Amino acid sequence: MTELRYLAPDTLDEAVGAFAKAGSAARILAGGTDLLVQMRSGVLTPGVIVDIKKIPEMMGIEQTADGGFRVGAAVSGMALAEHKSFGKVWPGVLEAVNLIGSKQVQGRASAGGNLCNGSPAGDSVPAMVAAGAIVTVQGPDGRREMKVEDFPAGPGRTNLKPGEIMVSFTLPPRPPGSSDAYLRMIPRTEMDIAVVGVGVSLTIKDGTVTSARVGLGAVAPTVLLVEDAAKALIGSKLDDAALAKAASACSAACRPIDDKRGTIAYRTKVAGVLLKRTAAIAAKRATQKN
Amino acid sequence: MAKVHVTTSINGEPMEFLCEPSDTMLDALRGPLALTGSKEGCASGDCGACSITLDDRLICSCLMLAVEAQDHEIGTIEGMAQGDKLHPLQQKFLEVAALQCGICTSGMLVASDALLKKNPEPSEEEVRFWLAGNLCRCTGYDKIVRAVMETAAEMRAQ
Repeated sequence: MTELRYLAPDTLDEAVGAFAKAGSAARILAGGTDLLVQMRSGVLTPGVIVDIKKIPEMMGIEQTADGGFRVGAAVSGMALAEHKSFGKVWPGVLEAVNLIGSKQVQGRASAGGNLCNGSPAGDSVPAMVAAGAIVTVQGPDGRREMKVEDFPAGPGRTNLKPGEIMVSFTLPPRPPGSSDAYLRMIPRTEMDIAVVGVGVSLTIKDGTVTSARVGLGAVAPTVLLVEDAAKALIGSKLDDAALAKAASACSAACRPIDDKRGTIAYRTKVAGVLLKRTAAIAAKRATQKN
Repeated sequence: MAKVHVTTSINGEPMEFLCEPSDTMLDALRGPLALTGSKEGCASGDCGACSITLDDRLICSCLMLAVEAQDHEIGTIEGMAQGDKLHPLQQKFLEVAALQCGICTSGMLVASDALLKKNPEPSEEEVRFWLAGNLCRCTGYDKIVRAVMETAAEMRAQ
């Protein structure tokens, strides 16, 4: 077994330097709930581990000047749940993050890790796509931003360039009458991998949807932004015809695999069903008086 | 290779230990620290038998590197009883026979304690969801859930 070096730098610049220098032998450690399992099973034998949890920017949840949120890449699901206002503004993102594994796993696992793991079935990703989150990354060539839906490249792969580290999510400010929701289909009641996952974010004014975004997970090689579903919702009062059209758009976007968790036909149908249910929850939250 | 020297706090006591960089916190607890109350069930974060707290947050010690304990506070099952006096959850688990083989029990207790500190009045559904990451292959869970509910009620009454 090769020797493992553990580094826990205090600054992002140090982390980027160490990570880039170690090349393909290096792995980033945030919550470790994927990394340690992969090491234990022998899938991965990293030479260097760069723990990013001592870097304040990676661990912070802060409100931006325009009223949005910036969430560090290593913030755990439990830390996000304990934040006093995040879950009121983004209940769908929070419920998605808090479907990742058990309470023990949520004590460590981060939405950043969930995204970097590259699973098409990662629960937080469709909710982040629906939220319109922007991902900040930093590498040897400096910082750049990308849309969360452009981050995954395929199962287990991302569009991070060599040496780049994910730093944070930025979620936009919310106009009045906005909310979001996330639902997933699993054969059990808890602790399972999504067969289909749908995130919906809505803004509703006088009963009419003025903006919408739909994220769809576990039905394609990457999590999808379903623009046709959003278009079907925008301008509607979420009547049956609009919901049916949006559901059809979700089903049409599916390019799923057939496996023991769900067949292609099942996943395709459930994507539409979940869109309707998720949109209804988001709409109820958006129109509730605070 | 050189071992790493880690300074930490375990159950409120300052502690030091040596570990390999790839050792998990569970390896360190059961090895150099000789705190064998935390059990290894799956070593992949599925069973919860190794549950501990890290800065008061419930985690699986098999999913944490031992070197990460540096300057943090660890809580284990060994910190639950006060001397010879059992924690109310421990007492109740005995009274209602909420354990059989015992492998899951310390994890169940640490997880239940973390729940009651956060939410002193959980519903049965909340208890069941909170303990979804703790697997028990003996009891069928009913007695465990009942023990947590009854303890919560008694602790609230005090």
